[in-house]
Amino acid sequence: MGGERLFGPLELTLRDGGWTCILGPSGVGKSTILRLIAGLEIGGAFEGEIDAPDVAYMAQDDLLFPWLNVLDNAVLGARLRGGVPDFERAKALIGRVGLTAQIGQKPPTLSGGQRQRVALVRTMMEDRPVILLDEPFSALDARNRAQMQELAVELFAGRTVLLITHDPAEAARLSDVIYILDEAGLRAMAVPEGDAPRAVDDAAVLRAQGALFKELRA
Amino acid sequence: MMRWRTPLLATAFALAGWQMLVWLTGVQHFILPGPLRVGQAMLTHWESLAEHGLVTLLEVVLGLTIGAALGIATAIHIAFSARARKYVLPVLVFSQAIPVFALAPVLTLWFGFGLSPKVIMAVLIVYFPVASAFYDGLNGTQRGFVDLAQVMGATPVQVMRRVRIPAAMPSLATGLRMAAVYAPIGAVIGEWVGSSKGLGYLMLLASGRAKIDLMFAAVVVLAFLTVAVRAIVDWLCRRYL
Repeated sequence: MGGERLFGPLELTLRDGGWTCILGPSGVGKSTILRLIAGLEIGGAFEGEIDAPDVAYMAQDDLLFPWLNVLDNAVLGARLRGGVPDFERAKALIGRVGLTAQIGQKPPTLSGGQRQRVALVRTMMEDRPVILLDEPFSALDARNRAQMQELAVELFAGRTVLLITHDPAEAARLSDVIYILDEAGLRAMAVPEGDAPRAVDDAAVLRAQGALFKELRA
Repeated sequence: MMRWRTPLLATAFALAGWQMLVWLTGVQHFILPGPLRVGQAMLTHWESLAEHGLVTLLEVVLGLTIGAALGIATAIHIAFSARARKYVLPVLVFSQAIPVFALAPVLTLWFGFGLSPKVIMAVLIVYFPVASAFYDGLNGTQRGFVDLAQVMGATPVQVMRRVRIPAAMPSLATGLRMAAVYAPIGAVIGEWVGSSKGLGYLMLLASGRAKIDLMFAAVVVLAFLTVAVRAIVDWLCRRYL
């Protein structure tokens, strides 16, 4: 990119039905990996092979369409493809994230946390086996972030998730597999015991978080 | 009522200043008539002002509608096709270097003294701001929206129809509001160059006969007409865009 090599040979396999997390500093190319898997333009050359089934995608920006209300944003995929939206399922999911009262509102009237909840529902509505998350929680305040992480683990259960993040705490809480990505490439890291979402103040999580943080700064 | 008070007050002050100027300088009424004289002229000549005003209004509405439709179609076309962008965009930009006013005599030569050359003038003057504002909007769709739609499996046509066009509506509204103010200019210039109807014609006629108060009356009517067209376009944009 720009004549420079962003990263060398790289091999990544996602844990089927689990959360794989790529942790790394900004600008190291985490999002590029995700865009490659999603089949999006990366503004550079890529050589290699990507074997990904249909994916759903959720970014840091909620990407809600400001001219559509909550319900219509939730069924966006079907709307865009000209299909018949499954409004019943959308309403049920909106209820599960606690936004039934806001169902007719437009995004500008919602809080950041509420908007990201709608994005979560929209991602679920795609009903894809693989879900790509590009720092979806990093713009939220601490409380909302923790709630959203738990909600995401609950809703995405059984699906293969790739989470891109720069937050060691998030990686330690949610992942089944953790990689650090830096100039040297991908490195597998130790994962704390127990099922995600692990408690924020769990000793093993805090230890893992410390280890990841150390590794990032190394 | 409150929102009308300030503009009304400002207008009243301006009119009073104008009348004072006429009284104090003692300027001849065929050079500068005072607002009272102009008001009188409006009352005396209301029938011909209305008649010619309606002609101009028709030209403006037709020009605005056709020009906006053409501008919208062009914007979508060049936003969608890279080849169209390559060929059409430079022509579009260069065409703006030609003063529309310079074309008025040619249009009259080609299309005669009737309605059509004025409508065409209005179309020409409306077309570019609409096309360029809307194109900018279509081109400036938030990258993430398009990415998301692409991952969701939307085709380029679906992305255009359901993402880029709705996202560009505020830009289109801006272009249309500008166009609403420009359209009457086009129509009146067309009338100046050659016509037997319309407010532009009435202005020339009145000025030729040294009826400057009537000329001013026609200008006032034109101003009201422009404000009204702008207000209607604004309302339509708010309602539907």
